[in-house]
Order: sequence, then C-alpha cells, then structure tokens
Amino acid sequence: MKKTKFNSVHKKLNAKLVDFVGYEMPIQYSSIINEHKAVRNSVGVFDVSHMGQVFVSGEKALDFVQYITTNDASKLTSGKVQYSAMCYENGGIVDDLLVYRVDENNFMLVINASNIDKDFEWMVKNNKFGVELRNESDAYSLLAIQGPNSKNTLQKICNKEIDLEYYTFFTSEIAGVEMIVSRTGYTGELGYEIYFKGDEETAEKIWNEVFEAGKEYDIQPVGLGARDSLRLEMGYCLYGNDIDQTTNPLEAGLGWITKLKKGEFLGSADIIKAKEAGLKRKLVALTTDEKAFPRKGYELSVNGEIVGIVTSGTVSPILEKAIALGYVQSDLAVEGNTINFLIRGKEISAQIVKLPFVKK
Amino acid sequence: MNIPESLKYTKDHEWIKVEGNTGIIGVTDYAQGELGDVVFVDIDPNLTEISIGDAFGTIEAVKTVSDLFAPCDGKILEVNTKLADEPQAVNSDPYGEGWLVKIEITNPDQLNELLSSDDYKAQLA
Repeated sequence: MKKTKFNSVHKKLNAKLVDFVGYEMPIQYSSIINEHKAVRNSVGVFDVSHMGQVFVSGEKALDFVQYITTNDASKLTSGKVQYSAMCYENGGIVDDLLVYRVDENNFMLVINASNIDKDFEWMVKNNKFGVELRNESDAYSLLAIQGPNSKNTLQKICNKEIDLEYYTFFTSEIAGVEMIVSRTGYTGELGYEIYFKGDEETAEKIWNEVFEAGKEYDIQPVGLGARDSLRLEMGYCLYGNDIDQTTNPLEAGLGWITKLKKGEFLGSADIIKAKEAGLKRKLVALTTDEKAFPRKGYELSVNGEIVGIVTSGTVSPILEKAIALGYVQSDLAVEGNTINFLIRGKEISAQIVKLPFVKK
Repeated sequence: MNIPESLKYTKDHEWIKVEGNTGIIGVTDYAQGELGDVVFVDIDPNLTEISIGDAFGTIEAVKTVSDLFAPCDGKILEVNTKLADEPQAVNSDPYGEGWLVKIEITNPDQLNELLSSDDYKAQLA
C-alpha cells in the first residue's frame, strides 16, 4: 500500500487507517461527526496527498487543456483555478478535476487518486499538441485546511498576506516552505489547499506548525469519513459514486462546467447528441424527515416501481437527517417531487430538494 | 481493547451477559470502533422473539450499516429504548448504557457454542 508523507503522523494520532484506492489513509481520528463539526464551526486539516498532480507545459498547453476538459480554460488567467471534467468520446466521465493556470503556458491539473494512472494515460494518448506532461503525483503533498478559522490559522505562518478570492492561488512560504496556496476545497467552507514537495520531515514540520497556529481555534485533524459527509452536505459529486464513465456531465448536473459552445473537445459531439435526444436520467438531491439511512446502491422507487438508484447517502451531521444523491428518470427529476428510498424492501418517502443541503 | 472476561461473545462481535436464564445483548468495543459513530439502532419495538443466527435489527453508523444477529434463542424482555435518543451510547459505553436487548434464554445449551473472552480476543488478533 502507498503511504503519504504524513503516514507516521496519522499513526501517532491513532487514526483509523484504511486502504483507500491503494493508499493507506485516515478514515477518522476520533469521530466523523466531531471532525465534521470542527470544519463547519472552526477549522480542520485533511491529508489529501493521495490526490494526483499533472503539469502541462508548452506553447499549446491551453489548446491541450481546452481539448481534454469540458470547461472553458481560456477564461483562466494566471493564478486562477477552475473546476472541470474530462470525458471519453462517448461523453462518459474520465474524471473530475481542478485546472490551475500557473502562467501563460503552464497548467497544473489536480485529479482523483483512484484515477491517476488512467487519467495520465488518457492525457498522453490525446496529446496531439506536443505539450509536455509530467505526472508529479508522488512528489507533491497536499493538505486541505478548511473551516471559518482556516484563514486566521494559515495567516500566522504565511509570509504573504492571504488575500485570495475563491478559486485563486498564489505561491508563498508557509512554515518556511515554498508552496502553492489555493483557496479551494471540498467542504463548502472558507478553506485552502496547500501543495508542497518535500520529505516526511518537511511534511511533519508543516503539519506541526499548522496545528500550533490553529491551537487557539481548537484545530482538528479530519479523516476521509468527514470529507465525504462534508462534500455530500454541499451536494458535490464524488467520482466513483455520483459520476463515472457511464454518466455524462449533463446528467450529473455539471452543465455549468460543460461549455458546449467553446468549440470541439473530447466528448463534446456525443454530449450534444445526448442533450438533443433528451437526457434519460438526472442526478437529484433527496432528503427525508423519516428515520432512514440511504446508502450507495439502494434503489429509488415510486408506487413500487424502480425509478433510479442512490449514488451517495449519509446522515447529515448538521441537519441530523438523511441526505442523498441519486439518479432518477428525467421526468421525475423535479424539485418537490416525492421519490421513495427502497431500504430492505421498505419504501421510505423522500423529497427532491435544491442543493446545497446545508445552506451557508 | 476492552473485552470483559465475564461476558460471552459471538464471531459477529456481539456479547451476551448471562444471569440465570436472562441475557443482555450488545455489540463489542471492537465492533463499535469499526462501525464508527452510531446514529441509529433499529430494532422492531414489537419484536417478541429472536432465533439464533437470525438478524433481529440493524445498527446504522455514519459510514455503514450492520445487521444484529441473535447469539441464541430467546424471548424479548426489554429493548433499550434509551438508544432512540442516545445511539452514541453504543460507542461510549458498549458494555453498559449501550446494551441492545434483554432476553429470556430459551435454549441454554446454545450458550456453550459461544466464545469466551480469550477465544474472542484470539479471533481479533
């Protein structure tokens, strides 16, 4: 199993470690609910070093990024970040990703750990622009510092004033180490993601300084369990659950990052066809006041007939009720509609609601 | 890992405390740790009997759901209704406040098949 540079830190903290797509990662340290609330109420730190980083360089770097991703990367000026997706020719999703424009001819693409090899092969295969592609996933560590006190925490140990707009980044020193500081995250809170290279000793030093700086805010380490419940409260898609090679971005509610008018890109022709033919199903947000615990793979029904499937589900630690994402046939995907969770043969009435589940 | 010597255990990570012909059933410290935050214990309030090996309810945690299996045959004497408001007692006190059901043991021979604390410890190792 692969280990991040923080592995010994997690072990010292007695984290519950699991095999997450080949990486030994902390699922929780103390309690998913407590860690979740620490992020919503103050500040928490996630080791997400398993995520991948691919650097794209060359005169045609923008052309390449425009061709392999769905969003319009020409809108990115240096220092800006964009949420995007990569699609197969048939419109199925290869991965969702963050696109960083480092400068005119350099981009950093941040991809899911589960997809690093597949994505990199896909990029290499579709590199008809002669750009340089470097997979630096193993070299980079990544911490996400998230929550209302994230800025106060990081500012203490950063050599520059952290005055970043949402989805922008800069290079600065934190704890004396040069790194990329980006105002991004997967929680819906004010938050930052910091990317840096270095050995375990460097990683541990950064971790310790972040925790020292956040002490007055009762900063907490947060595992992948709470990462999942936090993103689901916001309705953010998770690759492998809500999106994958069988779903197209329009069905998944990712039309806002699918710029069909920007010009041809991988998957665009089939996505346009699917749109014109009418989408067969749509991803919806479901919640219920009944005691129910919908989970991935549970069926959705109306009058005993199966109309869809749950792709993500949990009990929201903030709302203290069931929340879920799932696909239903398009004609039923209307806010306010009642759809049932089919849980061990029992229909439990739920409503389609607008995202996010937890309003900020 | 807390594995009290006075209890008997199942391979499914449950314990039973036997006092005469009554038994109190719960899940082990190991089980609560594996489950993580327990958010709901679903046992039918009208349940009257349980049969060895059969699921008599479910325990819902944030990340997962697990069936509860009867360690032996029994008639239900009491269900721990306090868990409706405080399911987290299963995490904080699995051998005490977090108990699940109290039964009248109807087939005491079945208890001989259960694990001792040492056997259970060995299974976890």
